[in-house]
Amino acid sequence: MEITLNWYLTLSALLFTMGVLGFLFRRNAIIMLMCVELMLNSVNITLVAFSQYLGDVSGQILVFFVMSVAAAEAAVGLALIIAIFRDKLTVDVTKINLFKY
Amino acid sequence: MQPDFLIKLVILLPLLGAAFNGLVGLFAPAHRKNEGLIGIVATLMVAIPFVITAYLFAGFHGEAIVVDAFTWMKAGDLTVNFAYRIDQLSLLMTLIVTGVGGLIHLYSTGYMHGDDGYWRFFAYLNLFIFMMLNLVLGNNLVVLFLGWEGVGLCSYLLIGFWYKDLKNSAAANKAFIMNRIGDFAFLMAMFILFRELGSLDFDAVLAGGPGMDQSWINWTVFLLFIGATGKSAQIPLFTWLPDAMAGPTPVSALIHAATMVTSGLYLLARLSPLVLSAPSIMAVITVVGALTAIVAATIAITQNDIKKVLAYSTVSQLGYMFLATGVGAFYVAIFHVMTHAFFKACLFLGSGSVIHSMHHVEHELAHDGHGHALDPQDMRTMGGLKKYMPATRMTFLISTLAIAGIPLLSGFFSKDEILFKAFEFGYDGHLVGWFVYGVGIITAFLTAIYMTRAYVLTFEGESRWPHADSIHPHESPWTMTVPLWILAGLAAVGGYLGLPAVLGEVNWIHHWLAGETGPVAEFAAHTHVSHGMEWFLIAVGSLVAISGVALGWKWYTSEGIGFDEKLSVRFGGLYKLWKGKYFLDEAYDKAVVRPLIGSAHHAFAPFDKYVIDGLVNAVGFFTRGSSFVLRYMQTGLVHSYAVAIVFGVVLIIYLMLF
Repeated sequence: MEITLNWYLTLSALLFTMGVLGFLFRRNAIIMLMCVELMLNSVNITLVAFSQYLGDVSGQILVFFVMSVAAAEAAVGLALIIAIFRDKLTVDVTKINLFKY
Repeated sequence: MQPDFLIKLVILLPLLGAAFNGLVGLFAPAHRKNEGLIGIVATLMVAIPFVITAYLFAGFHGEAIVVDAFTWMKAGDLTVNFAYRIDQLSLLMTLIVTGVGGLIHLYSTGYMHGDDGYWRFFAYLNLFIFMMLNLVLGNNLVVLFLGWEGVGLCSYLLIGFWYKDLKNSAAANKAFIMNRIGDFAFLMAMFILFRELGSLDFDAVLAGGPGMDQSWINWTVFLLFIGATGKSAQIPLFTWLPDAMAGPTPVSALIHAATMVTSGLYLLARLSPLVLSAPSIMAVITVVGALTAIVAATIAITQNDIKKVLAYSTVSQLGYMFLATGVGAFYVAIFHVMTHAFFKACLFLGSGSVIHSMHHVEHELAHDGHGHALDPQDMRTMGGLKKYMPATRMTFLISTLAIAGIPLLSGFFSKDEILFKAFEFGYDGHLVGWFVYGVGIITAFLTAIYMTRAYVLTFEGESRWPHADSIHPHESPWTMTVPLWILAGLAAVGGYLGLPAVLGEVNWIHHWLAGETGPVAEFAAHTHVSHGMEWFLIAVGSLVAISGVALGWKWYTSEGIGFDEKLSVRFGGLYKLWKGKYFLDEAYDKAVVRPLIGSAHHAFAPFDKYVIDGLVNAVGFFTRGSSFVLRYMQTGLVHSYAVAIVFGVVLIIYLMLF
């Protein structure tokens, strides 16, 4: 059975949905951060798939950008989580609600 | 050299002087006391333009030169250029402004010696010259208006120069606010001209203006005249000028006698062809001028403050000039502007010299512990100053005789020409001409009396200040007496530029301003007064002036200030009216100022409190109320924000796809 473009796109959609649902329903800030990474990487799969399909390398170049941004985001995000943890001794986002009215 | 370069130099040098003195004073306080530097720079920046203007004047060929410096603004159909016009009228005015102005600068270096605001004074004075040059040299109404407003500003700054005294600030405010009334009318006139003609250049206005609808011409000229009544202190807006004497005396000489207050006349002379096409308004102008002349002259007789006498005299003489303008004799008005600049500047500077020395007396009195309060401007405590101040006394006497119209001095020629033109206007069949001629003659008589009174009370008789036998005032320094002598000389001979027509075609100023290429139009009389009649009129004028001076001399040398008592008994209620300045200030206070302040208290204060504040409070209340509900959206939970983002993205994608 030949692996067509649709397979990749389906995989990507599944991973993205997992990322969104995980972000919406998990409470652990680190897990939520990982879910964001999941969403970003699902997009990367789409980009690479289309790039291969269309024979255009610019999609793959964009992937590198996404990866570098994701790395930066992870670094900042983790740093924030550590800072919050030191203060509140928890990473449960329902307990972190400084913006509440 | 090229005239366009030179004229830019003439205009920019005073600005440079103002900037220099202003910057030195602001940023180098150590040099504020460097009076030599400040005074020399300021004086040179007016003297050099005078020399340049004299050069241009000598080489002028009769063809107007327009110098277009740059485009100032462009909006729709309106294009305003910074353009300057060199012609007979503007050259003459520039010579008066820079010449008399330069002398007054020189005088001020002596008069203002030791004042804390020395630098500030000269910065303002130079700025005034710059603005005045814009006014007289501008080639369109907008540049003229720039100068018009600029001199108003400088007048305000200089009247309130000693701003620590609240009275002076109030006088400055009064001058500024009353001028605004006139300026508003001037603006309206410009709007009409622009709407009807599409341009505010003098060429366009003078070419197209007389062709406008008659009602528009009348409105334009009337509004311009209202503007002129503000700046040139005519009824009903003249009350600011006597109060303006709160400023230093050189300011009164320069701004409130010789230059700024004549700008209304310059405006009407510049637009003379337009004014001539509105005969009904001209009648208004001449009557207002005549009434102002006599009203101010009657007030002047009753004043005891030497500067107030001169101030009302200025108002009265300006009334004379408007009288001439209204009978279509624009060049005579400008002639009187010139001679008046000479003798009135000399009189004011002379009074300044007197005040200067009376300050010294006041100082001595305080120093010796006599404890007498002395008003250095009050003529009742002067007298006998001719012993101590011979130069001031001589120049003051010459100018007094000149303004009184004693034959062969300058005021005689210009005043006589005005009266002659008024007579000719009446002779030509305009009843108003007879009226203003009569008023003019009476005013000439009053002028001779009150000026003689001022001279006698100041310089003749016994010294009336306390301890006069031991305390002696002394003559002012040369920086003050030299300008006095020059101005007195001009006041004596300046009239020969406009000899009466009976002597043949020798009236230089008529030829210069209203000749073939001259910019000033004039009323052409259909019937001419015969030579015999003209000789008779000259005789009447001379007789009136000489008898006025003689009577004043007799009354005030024999009885001194006591003669005022006699006058007040003789004229009773009328004298009270004069002494009270016709109660115009009180009337304005009752009719305008109090209602305005009262309505502000009773009508606008509640309006402010309930409507304006209410609106502001309502906005605040609404914001608080709505945020009270909406703030529950801020849960502080990351998840709820994330859900909102997801739904938002879904919505956007939905909208993009379908």
